[in-house]
Amino acid sequence: MAEFAPADEAGVVDAVREARASGEAIEIGGGCSRQGFGRPVQAGHTLRLKGVSGVELYRPGELVLRVRAGTPLAEVEATLDEAGQALPFEPPDLRVLLGSDGAVPTVGGLVATNLSGPARIVAGALRDSLIGVRFVDGDGEVNRSGGRVMKNVTGLDLVKLQAGAHGTLGVLTEVTFKVLPKPQDTLTIALVGLSSEAAGEAMRAALATPFEVSAAAYLPNSVAARSGVNEIARADASAVLLRLAYFGEFLPRRGRDLIAALDLAAPIVELPADASAVLWREVRDATLLTEPRERAVWRISTAPTAGPGLLTMLGREIGAEGFFDWAGGLLWLATDAAGDAGAARIRAALEPLGGHATLVRAPSPVRAAVDVFEPQPEPVLALTKRIKASIDPDRLLNPGRMYAGV
Amino acid sequence: MRMPEPKAAVIARRDTIVRELKRLCPAPEAVIDGDDALRPYETDGLSAYRQAPLAVVLPQSTEEVAAVLRYCRDEGIPVLGRGAGTSLSGGAMPTADGVVISMMKMRDVLDLDFENRTATIEAGTTNIAITQACEHEGFFYAPDPSSQLACSIGGNVANNAGGAHCLKYGVTTNNLLGVKLVTLDGEVLEIGGKYLEPAGLDLLGLVCGSEGQLGIITEVTVRILRAPEGARPMLLGFQSNEQAGACVDAIINSGIIPVALEFMDRPAIHAVEAFVHAGYPLDVEAVLIIEVEGSEAEIDTLLERIAEIAARFEPAFSRISRDAQEAAAIWLGRKSAFGAIGRISPDYICIDGTIPTSKLPETLHHIGDLGRTYGLEIANIFHAGDGNLHPLILYNANAEGELAKAERCAADILKLCVDMEGCLSGEHGVGIEKRELMRYQFTAAELALQERVKHAFDREGLLNVGKVFPFDEDRPAEAA
Repeated sequence: MAEFAPADEAGVVDAVREARASGEAIEIGGGCSRQGFGRPVQAGHTLRLKGVSGVELYRPGELVLRVRAGTPLAEVEATLDEAGQALPFEPPDLRVLLGSDGAVPTVGGLVATNLSGPARIVAGALRDSLIGVRFVDGDGEVNRSGGRVMKNVTGLDLVKLQAGAHGTLGVLTEVTFKVLPKPQDTLTIALVGLSSEAAGEAMRAALATPFEVSAAAYLPNSVAARSGVNEIARADASAVLLRLAYFGEFLPRRGRDLIAALDLAAPIVELPADASAVLWREVRDATLLTEPRERAVWRISTAPTAGPGLLTMLGREIGAEGFFDWAGGLLWLATDAAGDAGAARIRAALEPLGGHATLVRAPSPVRAAVDVFEPQPEPVLALTKRIKASIDPDRLLNPGRMYAGV
Repeated sequence: MRMPEPKAAVIARRDTIVRELKRLCPAPEAVIDGDDALRPYETDGLSAYRQAPLAVVLPQSTEEVAAVLRYCRDEGIPVLGRGAGTSLSGGAMPTADGVVISMMKMRDVLDLDFENRTATIEAGTTNIAITQACEHEGFFYAPDPSSQLACSIGGNVANNAGGAHCLKYGVTTNNLLGVKLVTLDGEVLEIGGKYLEPAGLDLLGLVCGSEGQLGIITEVTVRILRAPEGARPMLLGFQSNEQAGACVDAIINSGIIPVALEFMDRPAIHAVEAFVHAGYPLDVEAVLIIEVEGSEAEIDTLLERIAEIAARFEPAFSRISRDAQEAAAIWLGRKSAFGAIGRISPDYICIDGTIPTSKLPETLHHIGDLGRTYGLEIANIFHAGDGNLHPLILYNANAEGELAKAERCAADILKLCVDMEGCLSGEHGVGIEKRELMRYQFTAAELALQERVKHAFDREGLLNVGKVFPFDEDRPAEAA
């Protein structure tokens, strides 16, 4: 039983080799802000990447940032902000939701979970911005995939494979992102009082316009009431939120034309930039579902047309409360954590619609008993196990984090 | 080009294999086996290398593809998926003992879903057909490789195809939502769908760009996007590559992300002007074509702002297009570039490597030196926004030793890309062309890991053999 806290990549290699010699697995963590996400890992050793930290390369004119995996996300965001740039996928901060408020989220943990925020509908996911990785495999070998250029088809794309692998396919030591200029300005339009189904239609219509809507979410009345933004919380009604993000001088015209294209009778509220920022953080981090803490929280990816109906149905059938982002394609749901936390009903409802459900928050015994990630069809699970074996043959790295036996 | 030794036992069973393929794919003319008929399948865009396959099969359904793959696995027959055959790195060249699965009878648009903004198409569908199918509703499919009139979406996925507009819209992998992948075991895996985040490991990302090493793709779901209100380019000319490179850097630093940012050097400009008279300046070292999108007023504002930024680098020429006709004139030169080079040189090699954009001037300088060392003319035409270079090495295949010399020069340029912290291939793939150079970019351990991942899919080592990974003399044949 060792607690590895290496200061550099060579230290990570040593740790993996030592673990291998001992025959005991490793639980990998960065700042451990998301350690409560995924299946609990049974491992003899822990490995903490906090020491493997620092910005290695940042070239704003090249839109490229390379950092060591243990670098705090806040440091990365501050570095980018100074040059007027940002990570395009609007990374969620789940500390409030998961109750890990004191932890310091790192870039490695962010990549391992591949979570993306509201801008995902236009800017792509984390994995779309990730262009290079270095990682230590289960044999203790250092591997590179991708690099610092955004167009690269040289060899198999192990970069994408590492994003969202929850540390089961290697210990990330360094990651490279394609970054983008931060939008100079934003304009958020709230359509008040629509039903979930009407909201879905309005959002899909908005995304069928050429005005580059950069985020589209829907908060039912009960969820909207928890917002820290007065215009939304006090409306006593649901809200469709549509965000435009671009050069400020172009936004008023785009906003007007967008509203005209939607042709809706619903009351419209335009939110100032500061209120807009608060509101989209609430959506991004799902903090609107934090309380009550004993509830389980699910994150569901489905077809945008399916999201609104699913929200209504699961509200009626299992008392789930939630909201949707990504124009209906991402559903955040809070459910009673008792029993299977609604897993069977949610997954049965998704079956005909397409998509999958991930249990983001639940007490540890529930996460051990319920499939946190969508169970895979047998051929896909078999393939997943073979991929695991090809990179981590002794199952040393975060074994069982995603699936039993992987 | 050395390839794995064909298995004599497989070749000896040719008649039996053809008979069995006809049983598995009973449609008329679904199996091709005559010498003449096989000729079109000998090569792809890298036509210097040719090899006829044992047979070609053209399945009409995913089930037929699965049946053929299962049969080939059971019989130990190498198998290769093929789209339109437009790839440029030899990735679609078969082996003498191999069966080619051509997707050219699977070209239906299966589903257009404007509400979810997706299109599901069979793998043999051309890239342009996707946009043609959805443009009446104002939508388009973003990745636009220059072969888009002919290339297939299945091939686009296999090569993770790019295009001129990926600075804003990304490459194939960023626009891909789902695939139906048939494994060598004949299992049909449905990965992803009409939703943004696939479940489990990112198999979609791994399969995209894997050059047929992992399975055969039969169906593809992509995101389609609402077309912008408008788009117009401007043309800038500079006295040096350094000034042009610095201008690219400054534009991106300003917060404007153009939808396209193309670069051509002096030899390319002169070839193009002589061919199509696009009105490009002849007294400059480099031109940039910069396109932005939006409403007419927004485009005017952005192009004026870019002109102001460019002024800091003393452009010798600047022209902003004011209407569709002027826009077309600017694009005409770029789009005719390869044809224009073909007109001044009997043969050329088109290279594809990527470098960090900050190293553009330095890299171009070295490429110029290499051209002089080898005594070969090199024209540079490339996507400057993302650093994806396409140097064209001009040579004469009829002159003794010129092809070999041009290939050595190409290899040196690709190594240069790696030295500059770039990579061997930006969008054409590794295929056979860059197979041996892989060792220059990757360590032995890294290549071994990639091969192990391949074998997680292809346990018998029968899929697209002899490609992507270096092929050693002392190495056992793939399927031995």
